[in-house]
Amino acid sequence: MNRLSHLEHALAEQRRAVSRRWFFKDCGVALGSIALHSLLADRLAAAPKPPVALNPLAPKKGHFAGKAKRVIYLFMAGAPSHLELFDHKPQLAKFDGTLPPAELLKGYRAAFINPSSKLLGPRFKFAQHGKCGMELSELVPHLAEVADDLTLIRSMQTDAFNHAPGQIMMNTGSQQFGRPSFGAWTTYGLGCETQDLPAYVVFSTGSKGTSGGASNWGCGFLPTVHNGTLFRTGGDPVLYLSNPRGVDDAMQKDTLETINRLNAKRLGTIGDPEIAARISAYEMAYRMQHVAPEVMDISKEPEAVRAMYGAEPGKPTYANACLLARRLIEKGVRFVQIFHESWDQHGNLKADLKRNCEVTDRASAALVKDLKQRGLLEDTIVVWGGEFGRTPMVQGGDDGRDHHPNGFSYWVAGGGFKPGLTWGETDELGFNAVRDKVHVHDFHATLLHQLGFDHEKLSYRFNGRDYRLTDVFGEVVKGLLV
Amino acid sequence: MLARMSRLFLIPPLRWAAPLALGALFSALPAAAAAKVDFNRDVRPLLSDNCFACHGPDTQKMKGGLRLDLREAALKPAKSGKVALVPGKPEESELVKRIFTADADDLMPPAESHKSLTPGQRALLKRWIAEGAEYQGHWAYTPPVKAKVADPQRAVDELVQRRLREKGLKPSPAADRRTLIRRLYFDLVGLPPKPEEVEVFERDKSPDAYEKLVERLLASEHFGERMAIGWLDVVRFADTIGYHSDNPRNIWPYRDYVIRAFNANKPFDRFTREQLAGDLLPHPTQEQKVASGFNRLLLTTEEGGAQPKDYEARYLTDRVRSVGTVWLGMTTGCAQCHDHKFDPFTQRDFYSLGAVFADVKEGIIGRREDGMMVPTPAQADGLRWHADRVESLQRRYDGPQPQLADTYAKWLSSWQEAEALWMPQQPAQADSTDGATLQIRPDRSVLATGAKPDQDTYRVTLAGVPAGTVALRLEALADESLPKKGPGRAGNGNFVLTEVVARVERAGAEPRKLPFKAARATHEQTTLADKNPYKAWTAASAIDGDAKGREPGWAVLPQVGQAQQLLLELAEPVTLATGESVVVELQQRHGNGSHTLGAFRLSTATDRAAVHSPFALPPAKDIADLLKVPSEQRTPEQRDKLFAHFKSIAPELAPLRAELAEAKKSRADFEATVPRTLVTERNDTPRTVRFLPRGNWMIETGDVMEPALPAFLAKEKPAERRLTRLDLANWLVAPENPLTARVVMNRLWKQFFGMGLSKVMDDFGAQGETPPNQPLLDWLACEFRDSGWDVKHMVRLMVLSDSYRQTSKASREELARDPDNRDLARQGRWRLDAELVRDNALSVAGLLELSIGGPSAKPYQPDGYWENLNFPQRAYDESWGTDQFRRGLYTWWQRSFVHPSMLAFDAPTREECAAERARSNIPQQALVLLNDPTYVEAARSFALRTVREAKGNAEARITWMWRQALGRKPQAAEVATLRQLLEKHLGEYRASPDAAAAYLKVGATEVPAGVDAAELAAWTNVARAILNLHETITRG
Repeated sequence: MNRLSHLEHALAEQRRAVSRRWFFKDCGVALGSIALHSLLADRLAAAPKPPVALNPLAPKKGHFAGKAKRVIYLFMAGAPSHLELFDHKPQLAKFDGTLPPAELLKGYRAAFINPSSKLLGPRFKFAQHGKCGMELSELVPHLAEVADDLTLIRSMQTDAFNHAPGQIMMNTGSQQFGRPSFGAWTTYGLGCETQDLPAYVVFSTGSKGTSGGASNWGCGFLPTVHNGTLFRTGGDPVLYLSNPRGVDDAMQKDTLETINRLNAKRLGTIGDPEIAARISAYEMAYRMQHVAPEVMDISKEPEAVRAMYGAEPGKPTYANACLLARRLIEKGVRFVQIFHESWDQHGNLKADLKRNCEVTDRASAALVKDLKQRGLLEDTIVVWGGEFGRTPMVQGGDDGRDHHPNGFSYWVAGGGFKPGLTWGETDELGFNAVRDKVHVHDFHATLLHQLGFDHEKLSYRFNGRDYRLTDVFGEVVKGLLV
Repeated sequence: MLARMSRLFLIPPLRWAAPLALGALFSALPAAAAAKVDFNRDVRPLLSDNCFACHGPDTQKMKGGLRLDLREAALKPAKSGKVALVPGKPEESELVKRIFTADADDLMPPAESHKSLTPGQRALLKRWIAEGAEYQGHWAYTPPVKAKVADPQRAVDELVQRRLREKGLKPSPAADRRTLIRRLYFDLVGLPPKPEEVEVFERDKSPDAYEKLVERLLASEHFGERMAIGWLDVVRFADTIGYHSDNPRNIWPYRDYVIRAFNANKPFDRFTREQLAGDLLPHPTQEQKVASGFNRLLLTTEEGGAQPKDYEARYLTDRVRSVGTVWLGMTTGCAQCHDHKFDPFTQRDFYSLGAVFADVKEGIIGRREDGMMVPTPAQADGLRWHADRVESLQRRYDGPQPQLADTYAKWLSSWQEAEALWMPQQPAQADSTDGATLQIRPDRSVLATGAKPDQDTYRVTLAGVPAGTVALRLEALADESLPKKGPGRAGNGNFVLTEVVARVERAGAEPRKLPFKAARATHEQTTLADKNPYKAWTAASAIDGDAKGREPGWAVLPQVGQAQQLLLELAEPVTLATGESVVVELQQRHGNGSHTLGAFRLSTATDRAAVHSPFALPPAKDIADLLKVPSEQRTPEQRDKLFAHFKSIAPELAPLRAELAEAKKSRADFEATVPRTLVTERNDTPRTVRFLPRGNWMIETGDVMEPALPAFLAKEKPAERRLTRLDLANWLVAPENPLTARVVMNRLWKQFFGMGLSKVMDDFGAQGETPPNQPLLDWLACEFRDSGWDVKHMVRLMVLSDSYRQTSKASREELARDPDNRDLARQGRWRLDAELVRDNALSVAGLLELSIGGPSAKPYQPDGYWENLNFPQRAYDESWGTDQFRRGLYTWWQRSFVHPSMLAFDAPTREECAAERARSNIPQQALVLLNDPTYVEAARSFALRTVREAKGNAEARITWMWRQALGRKPQAAEVATLRQLLEKHLGEYRASPDAAAAYLKVGATEVPAGVDAAELAAWTNVARAILNLHETITRG
């Protein structure tokens, strides 16, 4: 999915124009020496930045000053049950074991169950928390402690009810493969504050991978640099980051210097700006080799912080990923997304939800607390949610729920979202969102708005039209915002 | 020039991005000329970008009753009564008023559209109306006109230079021979030339040296590989299905078909017909059927819970989009939900084009079938031999078999005798270890009720086992209380008996185990047994002492809802002493939803015939029912059925049965070695295709759509019969089709010049680009068609041209004037495609395996790269031997996780048809070339060649390497730089031999004994530096 569009051609033209100016004018004639000045100097941190136009990931401004600068998206793949976690439905308990009203099911399709299955009452207790009195289930005791920092949306809606299309929809705004993800749009719009790490970092911590695969964090038709980079839980965090065995850091540096010196010489002969970009890419690669392992080493965190998250060095856990997310955004990474695939409770609802919350609740809450303590929550958006919700109707015996797109819950924290707010409502059975509905497109529009974008203008021409994250839909949900 | 201006103006998203840079570009352009406004070049793009969304082809969304894409409509009064265009009278034209008005309410385009016209654009529209508001048909929908040229062999140069002259420019001189041969090698075969070949070519003074080289490369079998790369992108060829689990499917023979087709110079019209409709051709050959695999290249799903209607719609849209991208350069995707906003392609066109594919036979949800066997000639012989053998044995078996008359008669009268050997045992006690309630019933059977644990073990105590008992029988019984009537408690009526253990027990004494020696069952499940080590749920696995783990056992799907029997023979006769009883333990440890027995009964026998008699197992119900019919009342069919069943159990036929079974198995084993590929087969009853309002598959009331070609292009009425895929293919390559030849030539041009003549490869519609040198593209399209769709002929015309041979070096002024080389006053220069980056390194290293075709290969890949691939999780088994070093285009294409080295160099995922790749320049590419074991091993192998093959001192060796990798002599400074690296690292590796040893172990190839490790390691770093150079991965 790497086709070029008019815009990219125009951008390339512009990039070349500026890079030419940079080389031929600003840098004088001594072409061969330019790059050498910056060559892998020991002062890694002080490495000079290539001009903006040479680097599609240079920091950029939005359409207006956004409240938020970065995003941590905790994607609960598999689709958690809103009815057990965030959306308290006493009436559902009352009608447990009865059939849902027929008019509710008109035109409704479920993935696996016959829609006309009996209702299943909520399996866990709810209580009010915080000054705001947010209703949360007993499954999320840690989240309850930060209720006053959360914005709970109980009226989410989506169009898809199978995992692969649903996840792609939630992450790219379309059920069709090949569209850029929200993270890719964000780095396309804002670039990145660091050039030593990928702009968009992805973790996958569930028991298994996502249904939509890498398309969930793909760049679609946007330039390749906007693809999410999957940080791995074992081996190199970034693919091919380590030197080959038998090549130490000094040798790697010698080799890179040799390469760049030869490339610089060639640049002097040919004058092709692509060679300059290549030199700069090798410098960035070298810095990434140093910065990425350092940032991934959570043993450097104070014990108290690790304990707050429940993080243990060396384990591929959700808690570690949450702590790493904070470390990465501190270093200037623009977008971190954690995919935790384990929420598809067609059966074993009670036990699996309990286990999932034991794995995720503490760390999710710790992330919010930690960001707040560090003053980062104001301009960081934390998002928690999956691809859809679960049916109020039972699947199987009495311990499962099917996929359900008509109404489900998400929470958001920071980034100018109204803290302590509970927004929207589903009907008495938790079936349809009925008040202040937030469709996926509206949600995306709102998130982009907080990042400083008019979602109708953040577009990219591909295949003959200007594409957006929100397709031709989406309204900013002003009521969610401070 | 105006065209250029307007192109630049229509980039609204850039307004926030970098106004300064754009301004700089704009100011660099010469002022607008006063020539007459050209509708296609100047006006259509403006109207398309700013107006068509509301006043264009999508009549559903039309505002104010005004349509501007058709002149006739635009000259009529709109809903308001006002006329948008009054030719020659801009002041009377409502359009002019509305684009110049200061009144925000009236202004067009309206503010909420986020579009606006610049003063220059407004003036241009006004001038166009003043000049008569003339329209032209859209260039790409108008048949191409073949420009007159003096010499058709030099048409490319004539037409390129015609434009250069118009602009007052001159072509560049030819590149030197070394550059030319390298360029031709990469462009035509995708490999670097060997230094010897470079030298021969440099020395060849014959006037046709260049032509000879071109012919040699065109005749190379690697030509097809090179050409296939682009085609495989555009048709989205991949080894996996894409959606959800992204599981593998058999399709690689299609890739080899593409390679062979280019090598054989198959005319493009045939190539088109075979792919879209190979199965519909008269007496299709194996090759044509393989080609029809094209229709199966789309993304499919195996996700449980996916709705067939949903995916039927997805498959339809996928196929329509592919025809649009591959042949028509048309962005049909928009019309899934509404009429196209910019092009006259309607939503009805979309679904009727989709209906053309409604006859493709396929399961909508689920695993793809294995596909057609594609044997080599030798394999075809083998298949015939096996078929003959099975057939002759089968004929023997099917014969009348008069020798069976006696035993058959005996069986008919005494088939129930074995039953008399069994004595049902009254359980003294029956318990569940995991909480089920076992109820002993009057007929001595046991029923499980109550708690339904996931796994369970039943312990049944039999106190009255007769002396001399040699066999035990378990009847698994149907019961109304069980799911699907049982016999199991799982939702599907199944159970898995993982192990049966029998012991003699007595209070106060050590239990004595009773070993079994044989097991038989009425039915053994063979489905869902992929992970079962026995590949079936057999009776024997219930008495295997869990030799292959706990999991395997006896199960009975799909024959649930009826009784089944398990017969177990004891190794030794058992006779109980006083106080002893037999305890039978029925272990059911499968889990996964209570695969436990619901109802059962135990019996014993004292005669081994109860197990071993040929008739010991009762026939299935249908046979048993027939046996109960009095013989004189049986119909001939019933008699045949009975006898056929008897043959399947008659002891006399056992040897023949075994031989037949063996022959069938050996045929199946042989067939499993024959490659298979998905092909298109025709469904006699095509799926019903409905018009889907707003693209919504849940609306099932839309009109039924018959197959049809896009109405605006295909003027002729098709035949009375239903339109087929072959009709579509014929239309795509019909002489009057204005698009196909242009689209294909535009892509071919890009392969040799770096950018299409129209730079938007996948959109020839209103939002695409009118080619600046349209006469050239049109001439090529006409020539392609007139030559009988001769691809090699067109390649020759391009690469033999002087335009192609120009140097790619450009002065700063030239670079600044035309950064993208649209004028072709020089050659282009670009980074190699992902596959070729790999091929080049492995070739220089001397590692590249050059065989053509075959299954996709799996190069080294970082551990855990597939850890997020799921349903099921799977391991990546890297290829070994020479398969590890195959060309890049054979890399296993896992759509959701494309090989990371390929991805870093912009290989597309092939989830969608990709007519073009980006050419990015990012740090990940550096990490791949520096650290990916493929490239480290290539560097070492290159170094090893150097140490062994290059003579002389370090300088001489470096020079040798430089020639190998770059085809030119290095400059002194270049040699010196590398020499410095060599000496430094040689010293360091001498000082730390362990590091050298570790370095030389990367990759699968071994370093031969007797090589100086430190020296080789140091040279490896020199090689690595060279393989990383920008020049190494650049075609110039």
